[in-house]
Amino acid sequence: MSEYAYDEKTVTGFIVSAIGWGVVGILVGIWISVQLWAPSWNIPPYFTYGRLRPVHTNALAFGLGLGAIFGLFYYIVMRLTRRPLVLPKLARFHLHLFNVAIALAALSLLAGMNQTLEYAELEWPLDVVVVIIWVIFAINIFATIIKRREEQMYVSLWYVLATVVAVAVLYIVENLAVPAGLFKSYSLFAGVNSANVQWWYAHNAVGFVFTTPILAMFYYFLPKSTGLPIYSHRLSIVAFWSLVFAYLWTGAHHLVYTPLPDWIQTVAIAFSLFLIAPSWGSVVNGYYTVGGAWDRMRTHYLTKFFILGITFYGLQTVQGPTQAVRVVSSLIHYTDWVPGHVHMGTMGWVTMVVTASIYYAIPKIYHTGIYSEKIANTHFWLVLVGQIVFSVTMWITGIQQGALWKAVSPEGTLTYSFMEGLVKNYPYWQMRTAAGLVFTVGMLYFIYNVAMTMRRGSIAAARA
Amino acid sequence: MAGAIYRKPIVFSIVAALVILAGTIATMFIPMFTEGMHPRLATLKPYTALQLAGKDVYQQEGCNNCHTQTVRPLRTEVMRYGEYSKAGEFANDRPFLWGSKRTGPDLARIGGKYPDAWHQRHYANPQAFFAQSNMPAYGWLAERTLDPEAMRTRMRVNGFPFTDQEIGALAGKSELDALVAYTQAIGSAVRGAAPAVAAAPPPEAKNPLAGPAAIAEGRALYDTHCASCHARGGTGDIGPGLEEESADDPDLYTIIAEGYEGEMPGYADQLDRKQIWSIVAYIRSLAPAGKTQEKGEHR
Repeated sequence: MSEYAYDEKTVTGFIVSAIGWGVVGILVGIWISVQLWAPSWNIPPYFTYGRLRPVHTNALAFGLGLGAIFGLFYYIVMRLTRRPLVLPKLARFHLHLFNVAIALAALSLLAGMNQTLEYAELEWPLDVVVVIIWVIFAINIFATIIKRREEQMYVSLWYVLATVVAVAVLYIVENLAVPAGLFKSYSLFAGVNSANVQWWYAHNAVGFVFTTPILAMFYYFLPKSTGLPIYSHRLSIVAFWSLVFAYLWTGAHHLVYTPLPDWIQTVAIAFSLFLIAPSWGSVVNGYYTVGGAWDRMRTHYLTKFFILGITFYGLQTVQGPTQAVRVVSSLIHYTDWVPGHVHMGTMGWVTMVVTASIYYAIPKIYHTGIYSEKIANTHFWLVLVGQIVFSVTMWITGIQQGALWKAVSPEGTLTYSFMEGLVKNYPYWQMRTAAGLVFTVGMLYFIYNVAMTMRRGSIAAARA
Repeated sequence: MAGAIYRKPIVFSIVAALVILAGTIATMFIPMFTEGMHPRLATLKPYTALQLAGKDVYQQEGCNNCHTQTVRPLRTEVMRYGEYSKAGEFANDRPFLWGSKRTGPDLARIGGKYPDAWHQRHYANPQAFFAQSNMPAYGWLAERTLDPEAMRTRMRVNGFPFTDQEIGALAGKSELDALVAYTQAIGSAVRGAAPAVAAAPPPEAKNPLAGPAAIAEGRALYDTHCASCHARGGTGDIGPGLEEESADDPDLYTIIAEGYEGEMPGYADQLDRKQIWSIVAYIRSLAPAGKTQEKGEHR
C-alpha cells in the first residue's frame, strides 16, 4: 500500500452481489430439479419449469458468473497494473447497474419475456442495458490497462482483454432483433441461419464467460496463493492463442444431425477435437506449477481447490470434444448427459476456481486471514461430492435414455414408448436433487466463511 | 519482436479480435450471405395470426426448454417421430425453435397427429393421458385472452400477410386456443409426405389371436395407449366408441398401425404385430355380446 489505494469496495460489492445471485440461482436450480420428477412443484404462471429454468441459468451464468468476473477482474487488473481503476466512480455505477439489470432479468423471465435463445433469453430492452454495462466495464478495463504502471502484461491480462472483446461481439450479434412492442421482439435471423448464430453464440458464451475469465483467475490466483511461479510462460502463450482461435469454430457441434449444412457441422467437430490441445495446455501448466510440491494438496487448502478445479476443466475439455463426434452425439444429444456435462464444468471447474479466488481475495482486501480453514475444507469436500454425484447420475441416465430411444425389437418396432423411457429417469433425477442439496450445503459453508472473514477484518485498515 | 505485443494492450486487443473473428467469419458470417443458409420449402406457408400468437406463447412458456423441434435423420428417430427435419421448414421461425433437450418428446411432427380436442385436454391435464408424465399443466392459459392489436404489430414485424378480419377474430380467443393452433401448424410444410417408415400390412386376413389371454393382453395395452381418447371399455370420448366397430380385422389392424391423418396417431412404431392383434381381439370382445360380460367384470 504505497501512494494509492485500490477500489476495494467495488470489488467487494461485486463479490457479495455475485454470491447473492448465486444463492438465488442455486435455490431455483434445486426447485426445477424437483419439478422434473414432481410436476406438482410447478406453480403457474410464474413458477413453471419453462420459466424458471432460464432464471436458473441466467442467475448463475450472469449473476454469479459475471458478478464474480467483474469483481475479480477489477481486483486482478488493479494489481497487475499496479494502480487503482482510472474511473472508480464509473466502476461503482457499473456495480449498481449490474444488480438492477440482473434483478430485472429475473423478473422479466418470470413474466415470460423470453427470446428462447439459450443463454440470451433476455428481451431487447435488457439487451441494451447489458451492452451498456459491458461498455462501461470495457472502458474501465482498457483505460486502466493502458495507464498501467507495470510495463509487461501478465497472462491473466491477455485473458481479460480477450474476454472483453469477444463477449461484446458475441452478445451484440446474437441479440440483433426487430422489436414488436416493448417486451417482444423477433430475431433478425431465421431458421437454419438463426440456429447457426445461436450456437456460435452459446458455445462461445461458455468459452468467454466460463473459460477465459476463469483461466485469468487461475493464472493469477494459483501462483499468488501458492507462491509458486507458473511453470511455463511459453506454454501460456501457445495455449492462449490456440484457445481463442479454435473456440469460435466449434459452435455447430451443438447442431450435429440437424438440417444445418453438413460442412459446418464437420468443421465444428474437427475444431472441437483440436480444442483439447490448448485446453490441456493450461491444465498441464497448472499441474507442473504445483508439481514437485504436491504435499501442498494436503497442507495448503487453496491448492486443492485450484488443482481439482483445473482437473475438472481437463475432464470437461476431453468430454466436450468427445460429445461433438457424430456417433457419440447420436446417442447422448438431447439427453440428460448434456446437463451432466455442463454441471461438471460449472460446479467443478468454475465454482472451484471462483470460490478459491474469493477465499484468497477477501482476506487480502480485509487485511485478515481466512476465518476458518476447517470450514473451507468442509466446503471443498461437500461441493466435490455433490458435483460428482450430480454429474455421474446425469451421465448414467443420459446413456440410458439414448439407448432406450434407439432400442428396436426383433420385429423392427421401437421397444420403448417415450413415456417408458422418461419414467426410468425419475430415480436418477431424485439422486440429482439430493446431490444438488449436498452441493448447496457446501456453498452455504463457503458463504458463512466469507461473511465471517469480512466481519473479522476491515477494508479501512488499509489506510491506517 | 513478437514479445512486444504483450506490452501494447491496443495492438494486443486488435490482434486477439482478429484471431477470435477468424472462425466467426468462416463458419457464421460468410455462410449467412449464401443461399444455402436461407432455404424455404415451396409448401411452407406463413403463420396465421392465431398460429403466430401460439408460437409466441410457446416461447413465453419456455416450451423449448423440454421439447426439441428437429427430427434427426436416424432410423429410430424417424420411426418414433416421423420424417426427418428439412432445412427449408424453418424459414418462418425467428428465431429457430429446435431446442437442445428432450425432457419431453420431439414436436417437429406433432402437427396433425392428434385432434384439437386432444391437445386442449392434454395441455389442461397431461397426467390424464400419461399418468407418469412430468409435464406441467397449462389449462390456465385458457383464461388469458389474446391482444389483437399487439398481434397486428407482430404479424407486420414478421412480414406475414393478414386481414383486419383475421386480427378481429382473435378477440375472445385464449392463449390456449393459440397454442393449440400453433401446435397443429408445426411441421405442416412436410405433412402429407410419404412416411419414411411405412407400417407393414398385416400378413393375416383374419385375427390369429382369440381367447381370454389375448383379450386380457389387449385390454392392458388398450388401457395404456387407447383409453385416453376412446375411454375405458371403448365407450368413446375424443375418439369414437368402439363397441360396435364395423371395420373388418385387417382394416382395424391398419388403423391402429398407421392411424388416421389429423385424427389419430399410428402405433406401428410402438406396438408389434402380436400386440396390435391382441388389441383387435379386445375391441371385438366389446361388441354387444362381449359388452355384457365386460360390464359384469367391472361391477
